[in-house]
Amino acid sequence: MTQHAETNTAGALAPSSGLRGLVADWSSDVQAFQVPWGKAMMWIFLLSDTFIFGSFLTGYMTVRMSTTVPWPNPSEVFALTIGGTEIPLILIAIMTFILISSSGTMAMAVNFAYRRDRVKTTALMLATAAFGATFVGMQAFEWTKLIIEGVRPWGNPMGAAQFGSCFFMITGFHGLHVTVGVIYLSIVALRVLRGRYERTGNYHIVEIAGLYWHFVDLVWVFIFALFYLW
Amino acid sequence: MMAQTPYQESLHLHDPQSFWTKYVWSQDHKVIAIQYVITAVSVGLVALVLSGLMRLQLGFPGSFSFIDPTSYYQYVTMHGMIMIIYLLTALLLGGFGNYLIPLMVGARDMVFPFVNMMSYWVYLLSVLVLMASFFVPGGPTGAGWTLYPPQAILPGTPGSGAGIVLMLVSLIIFIVAFTMGGLNYVTTVLQARTRGMTLMRMPLSVWGIFTATIMALLAFPALFVGCVMLLLDRVVGSSFFMPAVTSMGQQLDYGGGSPVLFQHLFWFFGHPEVYIVALPAFGIISDLISTHARKNIFGYRVMVWAIVAIGVISFIVWAHHMYYSGMNLYLGFFFAVTTLIIAIPTAIKVYNWVLTLWHGNIHLSVPMLFAIAFVITFVIGGLTGLFLGNVAVDLQLGDTYFVVAHFHMVMGVSPILAIFGGIYHWFPKATGRMLNDTLGKLHFWVTFLGTYAIYFPMHYLGFLGVPRRYYNFESFEFIPPSAQTLQAIITVVALTVGVFQLVFVFNLAWSAFKGKRADGNPWRATTLEWQTPDTPPVHGNWGPRLPVVHRWAYDYSVPGADQDFLPQNLELVVATAGHEGQRAQGSEA
Repeated sequence: MTQHAETNTAGALAPSSGLRGLVADWSSDVQAFQVPWGKAMMWIFLLSDTFIFGSFLTGYMTVRMSTTVPWPNPSEVFALTIGGTEIPLILIAIMTFILISSSGTMAMAVNFAYRRDRVKTTALMLATAAFGATFVGMQAFEWTKLIIEGVRPWGNPMGAAQFGSCFFMITGFHGLHVTVGVIYLSIVALRVLRGRYERTGNYHIVEIAGLYWHFVDLVWVFIFALFYLW
Repeated sequence: MMAQTPYQESLHLHDPQSFWTKYVWSQDHKVIAIQYVITAVSVGLVALVLSGLMRLQLGFPGSFSFIDPTSYYQYVTMHGMIMIIYLLTALLLGGFGNYLIPLMVGARDMVFPFVNMMSYWVYLLSVLVLMASFFVPGGPTGAGWTLYPPQAILPGTPGSGAGIVLMLVSLIIFIVAFTMGGLNYVTTVLQARTRGMTLMRMPLSVWGIFTATIMALLAFPALFVGCVMLLLDRVVGSSFFMPAVTSMGQQLDYGGGSPVLFQHLFWFFGHPEVYIVALPAFGIISDLISTHARKNIFGYRVMVWAIVAIGVISFIVWAHHMYYSGMNLYLGFFFAVTTLIIAIPTAIKVYNWVLTLWHGNIHLSVPMLFAIAFVITFVIGGLTGLFLGNVAVDLQLGDTYFVVAHFHMVMGVSPILAIFGGIYHWFPKATGRMLNDTLGKLHFWVTFLGTYAIYFPMHYLGFLGVPRRYYNFESFEFIPPSAQTLQAIITVVALTVGVFQLVFVFNLAWSAFKGKRADGNPWRATTLEWQTPDTPPVHGNWGPRLPVVHRWAYDYSVPGADQDFLPQNLELVVATAGHEGQRAQGSEA
């Protein structure tokens, strides 16, 4: 019978791909996914968080369609005058570029973490966090600019009042995620440098933090497309 | 040695030292579960008292000077919200989920015990914030548990000052707390089962709680967003949900928002919520019926798939709560169809419970009484749901006492019966002592018969057109005076049943210290939680070695076996039952 139990374990099964592999994973004992607990938990959390951002964006789109006053033109509202010419969405474009670059450095950090290159991993994670902090800083600049121009959650001079409330709510909630991510990455980076994960024996946490970070980037792409480009 | 040592066997659990770390700041899933149960039951008793106060006004209008319209609406709102969120959701997922999942799947604890502990304390914070609203100027919100804007946040609604703000903040905190716990439950089921415990060998209790938790993780975000937006409308004056409003002769600053958007967000959470409390109850009932009828559950695989199907379909039925909101007729048709379709997997489950009972060796123990009562009550409440799922019928019966009777039967009393059954069933494991049987039966019969005396007449009131949510019915000529007599009778019964719940509370408190000693497996059940080396299970659950599972969860009365149940971790080849106990399923008939 011990033999029987052993044939049932996930470890004893040869890894197979495709539908057969899916069935084998799900009908195995012990674990359904061949990943560490933290990674599975992060995936499930991100799924839940997807529904939060999904609800925010759906709510925003509904409000935008139902409001009685015309919606301000984002290209004009978010334009900056640089050297005498007005460039639409330039700040947002730079912010998006920075955030997507940070995903690149994060992916490299994960790569070096699995090679157990502590210094490079730390450097790249701190670079990612720095990109994130820059993003939040530029967001603070953008908020300040809009607030000076008179945009408030309850109204604005350009058009529908919901423009301001949706803007502050959605970018605020996303900015909160980025800020949390910056703190999270910094903590993990310092722990990598101090060799904490040499003692626990694995660097999964770097990839788990990376999952969160890529998710925050991905959400930004949707916010960018639906709020700024629409 | 195994090719791959399961991750958790190499883990070092935190080692509780003092009384404080062992029983208060505990990371042990069993202690956290009991903390959840005690908190949820306490707050549930508050909600029970509120319902008694409501019934006093409805049964004997004007006799109690302290119940004015304002406080009546506050009772209604707080009763509904507390019962659904802070009692049922917290108790079934936080209480039963925490206690049963690691024990039933053979884990030492939840995967992240610290996060699990935080979940409880944040939940307690949300309860305290909610309770604080009873003591602020203006009192708690009286907006109705659905909190529909615009009225929920406008002056004139009871508690539109601090009350509604505290309610929304409390809900947001609750969702954070639930997410921390819920991630643990799902990850533990998916990733931390013991050797031999495949998904299709898990007890149905785990399946129910697991599916409900996934649903909650996907449904609560909509409520979260709704609460955040409503809070912004209330506090900073945005207009997400607020159209242009003239309130008390004054044009307010709001304008251009969409009140229906809140209804969509609320019910996208609200309808799955019905099944978030129903699915754990389904699972618990399946296990109780199988154990106490000494028979394998009928159609295990179909039961699992029915749970999953209900979970999926419940996300596309929400707008049947909004037939009144002026939606497109074709949309109404769509939601009516999906609503009726969800009755199919639900009916499959009911048939399977009945077929499990069929020719079973039924022991009418207290848990079994509650389980049978659940099936009956759920069928009745479910059938009136089919009435209300139809647009044309709903427009007649909606917002009458028929609806009140329907949802109290199907998602009020039914899950409560399952909770009672579950507590009577697992109490011996949690405390090492049996609950008193006589008190249990007294509690059961008063609760069960009382339920029908309370809610059956309400269907009739609904047919008469008596509207729900009204403080009194003085100016309604079409309501015959006999309706008031009925209301008075309902009130007397409701108060009696309410008072008799003290028998249950007394039974819990008394038996925990003075009850008859229970052995490790008093119901002679097969599932893993009854096979722990210690009762109550100690920290880490299993002693030095994790159990190894050899069969599914329902090997009762297997032909040829020398006892009428085969525990899941029993290493035994039964000659007539084949290599695997699971195959004995076919030879049962």
